[in-house]
Amino acid sequence: MNRAARPRSPLAALGVILVAAALLVLPFALAQAGTAWVRITNLAILFALLALGLNIVVGFAGLLDLGYIAFYGVGAYVWAMLASPHFNLHLPFWAILPIGALAACVFGVLLGAPTLKLRGDYLAIVTLGFGEIVRIFLNNLSRPVNITNGPQGIARIDPVRIGEFDFSTTSKIAGLTFSGPIKYYYLLLVFLVVVIVLNMRLQDSRIGRAWEAIREDEIAARAMGIDTTSVKLLAFAMGASFGGIAGGMFASMQSFISPESFVLVESVMVLAMVVLGGMGNIWGVVLGAVLLTFVPEILRYTVEPLQKAAFGRTIVEPEVIRMLLFGLALVLMMLFRPSGILPSSARRREREGRQP
Amino acid sequence: MSVLLSATRISKRFGGVQALSDVEFSIRRGEIYGLIGPNGAGKTTLFNVLTSVYAADDGRFEFDGAPLSGLKPHQVAARGIARTFQNIRLFANLTAIENVMIGRHVRTRAGVFGAMLRTRATRAEEAAIEARAAALLDYVGLAARADDLARQLPYGEQRRLEIARALATEPLLLALDEPAAGMNATETSDLRRLIERIRGDGITVLLIEHDMKLVMGLSDRVLVLDYGRRIAEGPPAQVRTDPKVIEAYLGTGATSATRAHAEPAPAGARPGAVPGAAN
Ligand SMILES: Nc1ncnc2c1ncn2[C@@H]1O[C@H](COP(=O)(O)OP(=O)(O)OP(=O)(O)O)[C@@H](O)[C@H]1O
Ligand SMILES: [Mg+2]
Repeated sequence: MNRAARPRSPLAALGVILVAAALLVLPFALAQAGTAWVRITNLAILFALLALGLNIVVGFAGLLDLGYIAFYGVGAYVWAMLASPHFNLHLPFWAILPIGALAACVFGVLLGAPTLKLRGDYLAIVTLGFGEIVRIFLNNLSRPVNITNGPQGIARIDPVRIGEFDFSTTSKIAGLTFSGPIKYYYLLLVFLVVVIVLNMRLQDSRIGRAWEAIREDEIAARAMGIDTTSVKLLAFAMGASFGGIAGGMFASMQSFISPESFVLVESVMVLAMVVLGGMGNIWGVVLGAVLLTFVPEILRYTVEPLQKAAFGRTIVEPEVIRMLLFGLALVLMMLFRPSGILPSSARRREREGRQP
Repeated sequence: MSVLLSATRISKRFGGVQALSDVEFSIRRGEIYGLIGPNGAGKTTLFNVLTSVYAADDGRFEFDGAPLSGLKPHQVAARGIARTFQNIRLFANLTAIENVMIGRHVRTRAGVFGAMLRTRATRAEEAAIEARAAALLDYVGLAARADDLARQLPYGEQRRLEIARALATEPLLLALDEPAAGMNATETSDLRRLIERIRGDGITVLLIEHDMKLVMGLSDRVLVLDYGRRIAEGPPAQVRTDPKVIEAYLGTGATSATRAHAEPAPAGARPGAVPGAAN
């Protein structure tokens, strides 16, 4: 029986409805605490999109990629260049998004092709170098022809507009006030749902299984007739495309981007989300992205007031505590749950209940 | 009976070790062809050269009417040669049925877009893949294990799962590298029936095996390698009494022919086992 057609229990359906309802009212609840929290949520979704893309490369195909943020950068710059006063181009949203995805995809293949024979540490080093090369290009492609505007970055990037509907301004719909970030929240949520569905379908497909096969054992995969070269390239290309789409959304939401946003630390952060949540497990990866975006922000808002209350002044900077706790969390994770919060075999076990 | 696979002067050298020298043989369609020889004789190397894991230094294979030279491993699989590995190479963290479904890769076509859009054609193919995989698991007696992770299966079942996965590629030739290694007597006799059944279904079998009773009982003809050279070939009864074969098994310092019957050493501890290589 087809996995896709597997019937859901009524309880699971109820759960889905409840979660969906919670997600729909979430931004209004968060807005009570301050618009900043809506923005942070949007960032979390953006990171989840990014982490899901990286998960294809690292989680499914088992190829360690430390330069993934480059594809996010490519997507963001494509958006910025095609929809801003920089080149005085203002292409519509539905045109830029596929262009951005395609451009990132091309970069994915550019990175993938020369690294096909590499694995593990060697691959990590080459991809790390690739990420840096892209960033350095972004930084320097302002002369002789100004393409990227160098370190100053590109400003006044167009927001997403669908027809007359502008996602950056506040509007009133059916008596409710939707601020810019709240509107973006719904847009990003739609993207996230679509990307999750696509990833689930990919994972349970002939190609997804081929990715997992090369992750598990490349020699056996080849002996089973899998063309590992093209299947790996496909993983790089797909992962990069999702990264490119996330990058485009980032550019439009921020309305300003510069090479600063696409540094190595960001690649490491996204990788940490994938690893923390559980490599290869779609829900784990989303959870990892949400946790690693929110926990630092919560600390930022609590560490200082707490110290002020206790000692009357700030003894340790919140940033220091943030990194300390982050490091501690990763070490504890590796000690106690080395395959992530939701390891990917958990997904397998839940299948055991499926109909014969 | 027509010839399915013929090997001409196959040679392969690893540094100072001449693993294969000028090996020649031909396998007829529908037969079970045994491949024996003491440890390090070059049997696994012959599989690796046949399936393009390594390129032969010299010689050529002709398979199903066309040469195999220059093909990549996945193309060899597409041509119709499937194999198992001496040191079991399953996709350990995937379920049994997923392992077999991956074997269908080479006979199916869905791409990323079909998968993401879940087109009608993709859904139909996916259902066929799963049905075929389930049937193959049943065929090797692992139907009840479909949703267990490959690494959680006992050793004997892992070996049978590898066979099911290989069969999923619809091979003309199934190459088994010591399938009975580590099996107890019951498992071995089950395996024997399975191999006979596979042949009965029209698949030619190339069988490396140290269990003499099994390989001599199953094979129509047996090829004997020693130090990478062909020292004998023929029906089991003839090979068994061949002085060169007795010499190879007895004369190398081992106590008796029990060297061949001996319990296989754990993977890695076996003399001649090369870590990281496709054994
Ligand atoms: N990748 C490799 N690199 C170097 N030497 C190798 C490699 N593969 C095999 N050899 C050597 O080639 C010779 C033949 O090895 P092979 O594994 O083919 O023997 P075998 O007949 O399969 O033995 P066994 O019964 O122990 O499995 C051995 O001396 C082995 O050490
Ligand atoms: Mg061997």
